[in-house]
Amino acid sequence: MVDQIIVKSLEEALMYLNEKPFLLLAGGTDLMIQNRAVSETPVDFKKDILYISNLSECKYVKFDNENVYIGSLTSLETLSHHEFVPQLLKDTIHEMASPGIRNVATIAGNIGNASPAGDSLVTLYLLDASVKVESLHQKRIIPIENFITGVRKTLLKDNELITEIIIPKKSFSFTSFVKVGGRKADAISKVSFAGAYTVENGIVTDFRIALGAIYQTVLRRKELEKEYTGLSVCTIRSKREEIISRYTPFIQPIDDQRSNKKYRLQVAKNMIGAFIDSMKLI
Amino acid sequence: MATIKFILNGKKVTYVGNPGLRLLDVLRNEYHLTGVKEGCGEGECGACSVLLNHKIVNSCSVPLANVDGLEVITIEGFSETKRYSVIKDSFEQTGGVQCGFCTPGMIIASESLLNENPTPSDEEIKIGLSGNLCRCTGYQMIIEAIQKASKDGDGLW
Repeated sequence: MVDQIIVKSLEEALMYLNEKPFLLLAGGTDLMIQNRAVSETPVDFKKDILYISNLSECKYVKFDNENVYIGSLTSLETLSHHEFVPQLLKDTIHEMASPGIRNVATIAGNIGNASPAGDSLVTLYLLDASVKVESLHQKRIIPIENFITGVRKTLLKDNELITEIIIPKKSFSFTSFVKVGGRKADAISKVSFAGAYTVENGIVTDFRIALGAIYQTVLRRKELEKEYTGLSVCTIRSKREEIISRYTPFIQPIDDQRSNKKYRLQVAKNMIGAFIDSMKLI
Repeated sequence: MATIKFILNGKKVTYVGNPGLRLLDVLRNEYHLTGVKEGCGEGECGACSVLLNHKIVNSCSVPLANVDGLEVITIEGFSETKRYSVIKDSFEQTGGVQCGFCTPGMIIASESLLNENPTPSDEEIKIGLSGNLCRCTGYQMIIEAIQKASKDGDGLW
């Protein structure tokens, strides 16, 4: 039988993690389902469990001149109504799950889970977010694109906990999050898309695209974004097909129970196209 | 084994047992609160909805450990309130109940929504109910029921 420990403070959690590895359970909306056994029996956890949902030190939203700081255990529903949370992240959360899940699910859970179809990850990549992790003796801040290393793989060490998400404050002329799933609520994405741009005096000074569920991790190509920054809106619009074709080699989806390669590739290309079509001088 | 203390339908309770049990199973089997239904068992249908600190959650995906120190209200506890009477009457009068399996969850979702937003638009109701499936009504009658409850409950929320 596995050990199951309910911790009441961050310090207590870090002390347990310093002793041995645990599976960290926050809202439980994914882990409880992934490990579920027959109905009416306890969930069949294969590893020792640390229940961390009570750590009130990790439930906050703060900001300074540069960044917004989100406590890792803040519920998605709280974030979706919070005035300091970037609008694009709120728009993303509104497309995730349903109220009953958003009330307990956490943003750190979405990151720690590192699913290729994690919706908030697409937006966190686009916004250049970083993840703060803590162990008893050390704190590290890691850009999210480095933190997530593959399908359900992250740099989180056994003795560490995600304590904060840091999002640089940045305003854009326009942002958009689009999700294609089987149902309006409670669907896991077939493909998800986040885009943002800024126009100053007719010139696009910031241009960002990120896609989810079409590769092992979120797809964002900063070198391509750079190439199309500094051009006029009209020029970018005229390069619609070229931009789609530049992204195409990186869109490498899989067949699974939710969708297939061919459909996902076509939808991803359509999403890029639709985003470029929507660009205007503002 | 762990000792979990929480408030269940207004009463302090202590449960000693496996903290990894689903809240759903503890409510049904230990406390015999069978108004909490198991539909899909994976957080997609909302039949197991209960209020946790007065917000809707899916009790099939909440481990008992996570309710330690919190307040749980099931349809049985909620049915003793005035708000429930208003929602119940509206569901009955608009035809919002047919087979009834989703109804406890729908009523919990209605309360969670009206508690946050006493005068929701149809669109806001659709979002509030988006985690609850009903295979009978086609939803329109349930949306009407919540609009009616919002009006009839004048000041209750």
